[in-house]
Amino acid sequence: MNMKTRKFIYSKITLLIGLIFSLVVGCDREPSDDSVLATYPKTAEVFIDAFSAGLDYGAFGNTLLTGFNVDTEVKYKGTASMRFDVPNVGDPEGAYVGGVFIDGGGRDLSGYDALTFWAKGSQSATINELGFGNDFNENKYVVTMSNVPLATYWKKYVIPIPDASKLKSEKGMFWYAEGPENGQGYTFWIDEVKYEKLGTIAHGQASILNGIDKSETTFVGVKSKVDGVIATFNLSNGINQSVSISPAYLQFTSSNPSVATVDALGEVTSLSAGTAVITATFNGLPTTGSLTINCVGTFVHAPTPTLNPANVISIFSDAYTNVPVNYYNGYWQPWQTTVSNDFSVLGDNILNYTIFNFVGIEFSSPTINATAMTNVHLDVFIPGPIAPGRQLRVILVDFGANGAFGGGDDTRHSTTFTAPTLVSQSWIPINIPFSAMPGLTSRSHLAQLILEGGDNSVIYVDNIYLNN
Amino acid sequence: MIKRNSIIKKSVFTLAALLMLLSCSTDEKQTVITMTKLVMQDEFDVNGAPNSTIWGYNIGTGNNGWGNNELEYYTDRPENIKVLDGMLQITAKSELYLGSPYTSARILSKGRFEQKYGRFEARIKMPWGQGLWPAFWLLGADSDTVGWPQCGEIDIMEYRGQQPTKIGGAVHGPGYSGATSISKSYDLINDRFDTDFHIFGIEWGKNYINYYVDDVLYNQITPDKVTGEWVFDKPFYIILNLAVGGDYVGSPNGETSFPQTMYVDYVRVYQ
Repeated sequence: MNMKTRKFIYSKITLLIGLIFSLVVGCDREPSDDSVLATYPKTAEVFIDAFSAGLDYGAFGNTLLTGFNVDTEVKYKGTASMRFDVPNVGDPEGAYVGGVFIDGGGRDLSGYDALTFWAKGSQSATINELGFGNDFNENKYVVTMSNVPLATYWKKYVIPIPDASKLKSEKGMFWYAEGPENGQGYTFWIDEVKYEKLGTIAHGQASILNGIDKSETTFVGVKSKVDGVIATFNLSNGINQSVSISPAYLQFTSSNPSVATVDALGEVTSLSAGTAVITATFNGLPTTGSLTINCVGTFVHAPTPTLNPANVISIFSDAYTNVPVNYYNGYWQPWQTTVSNDFSVLGDNILNYTIFNFVGIEFSSPTINATAMTNVHLDVFIPGPIAPGRQLRVILVDFGANGAFGGGDDTRHSTTFTAPTLVSQSWIPINIPFSAMPGLTSRSHLAQLILEGGDNSVIYVDNIYLNN
Repeated sequence: MIKRNSIIKKSVFTLAALLMLLSCSTDEKQTVITMTKLVMQDEFDVNGAPNSTIWGYNIGTGNNGWGNNELEYYTDRPENIKVLDGMLQITAKSELYLGSPYTSARILSKGRFEQKYGRFEARIKMPWGQGLWPAFWLLGADSDTVGWPQCGEIDIMEYRGQQPTKIGGAVHGPGYSGATSISKSYDLINDRFDTDFHIFGIEWGKNYINYYVDDVLYNQITPDKVTGEWVFDKPFYIILNLAVGGDYVGSPNGETSFPQTMYVDYVRVYQ
């Protein structure tokens, strides 16, 4: 599940209780006599027997909206707990349960070192994700504890705060996402959710790019992202607890800022030809993993298409609106080696196939009716040398009347290009008239474009379209 | 708004005052230490090897890993033991050394400083991670002639790297040794032993041994509490060591990071 794709349904399931905290909660934003900076309340409680004052709930899109309730029968302590009913696979009302608990006014969590809670399940299970920092907005300081083992008895859980000094006005108090276990729904309960200063969370270490020393070839203007940030802390029970954290918790450095700069969110911008190594520190300690940027200089863009959009069905181009495409790399197993490392240079998106032997692009939902078109076009760029005998084969596939792969009605035609058409270090315009594709007996259900003939080197592709 | 702020401040102050009162009364209730005449101290202020007028070494693996199936080989090399920055630093390393998978160090005041009764105290910061076993302890000076456990053993502090908030204090003697030793553990609240220094000590006199951590007295062992002969009315010597693995702690695992260092700020003995 990708957080970015989740939609916020602001269902505002009610919740104002807790007069005890209203005093504190009321104090946000207005500077007092002796303070200059705005300060936010330091309220620790998220859910004890009810929501803490000021807290709102929002469910993720496609979740079972009835899956979250306050339960007064099952509880760890006090009078109530939160109950989450995970749907079965195929439940039309929602595929999973998940949501965020937001304090819209923001809280100062800098005095705490952990979010803690108690939880149990109706069965042993593994909760996909639990955490905080998800505010349905910037999500700047998200922390996620993944694959959390759940027992049938109450257990305390501790999510370490990576660097509490960052959380002076945090809104995302708690969030969770859990789907069915082996296709089956079940129920889990969470109680006593609060921020604590445990004093027992120590020896924090972090890694970027999942601890890997990664290398990337870029051009001037290309943006790269440092992600895969994992922080590990030793808890009081001696267990090393790892959490995924936002890059914003780290401090980034570029070894060569004239080649590439990196911002506070881990976004890297290539500026000139050369090499720069991006590293990070976490609470002053070096992290494992690095990103080496090999910027090869200014990118040569493919010629911008000039055809009238009315005469074009675009599959991949920034000049036109593309039709729906299932994928630009099907990762067809077992023989495909091609890996996609697509990039964008100053707004120009490029398909970048590395270790290229062949690759399939599919646009079958829906298929394309190209009967009004006369021609297929694409631009390719081969950065490496063209070996003798090197071929590039462009194959168009029509899925036939059934609109689906197979079924005996598929047709295709393969067109082969060789030197001198194939050149190195220059955009190669490829235009194939349908009239030159006798094998393609129909073009009313076009569904795939396949490139073959790679020698495991790199090929860039841009401006794939059909035109008349 | 301003008024509200002042109310909060007042209540915070009240709370702080209350806490101070509480902690004061705790101190008053408990007499942690009574012996204040300093008779031996090593502040570890001179860089290099530990002071040889106080400390000797145990080298090697002993019998069966010093009787506990410990995994380390004790050396006197500076990479395993040195005085630096005002601290004794005993460092456990993961390295194959004369057939052992780890190296570390153990020093003892045997034949150099031995004393009956007194207050034995050290300020120590622990290493961390599964399988590390630092200790500050005493053995009866007649250990070579009467053997263990007849000689007696007073463990002022033992620690398991995988339990960072806990230490143990124990006595071993005839009829109550190893797994049947008389022991008690002390659990820190909202803190751990491997992030900062803490004081570990005993006050030992005729028919009692009092155990304390920082300013908290947490146990008293008296002859009626041991299930055998009371063997603590004679001189003992001091041992400081960092073991790796062994029956008490279990082996390190993939998440134990090496090297790991036990830092000792001082050892002081009072009467």
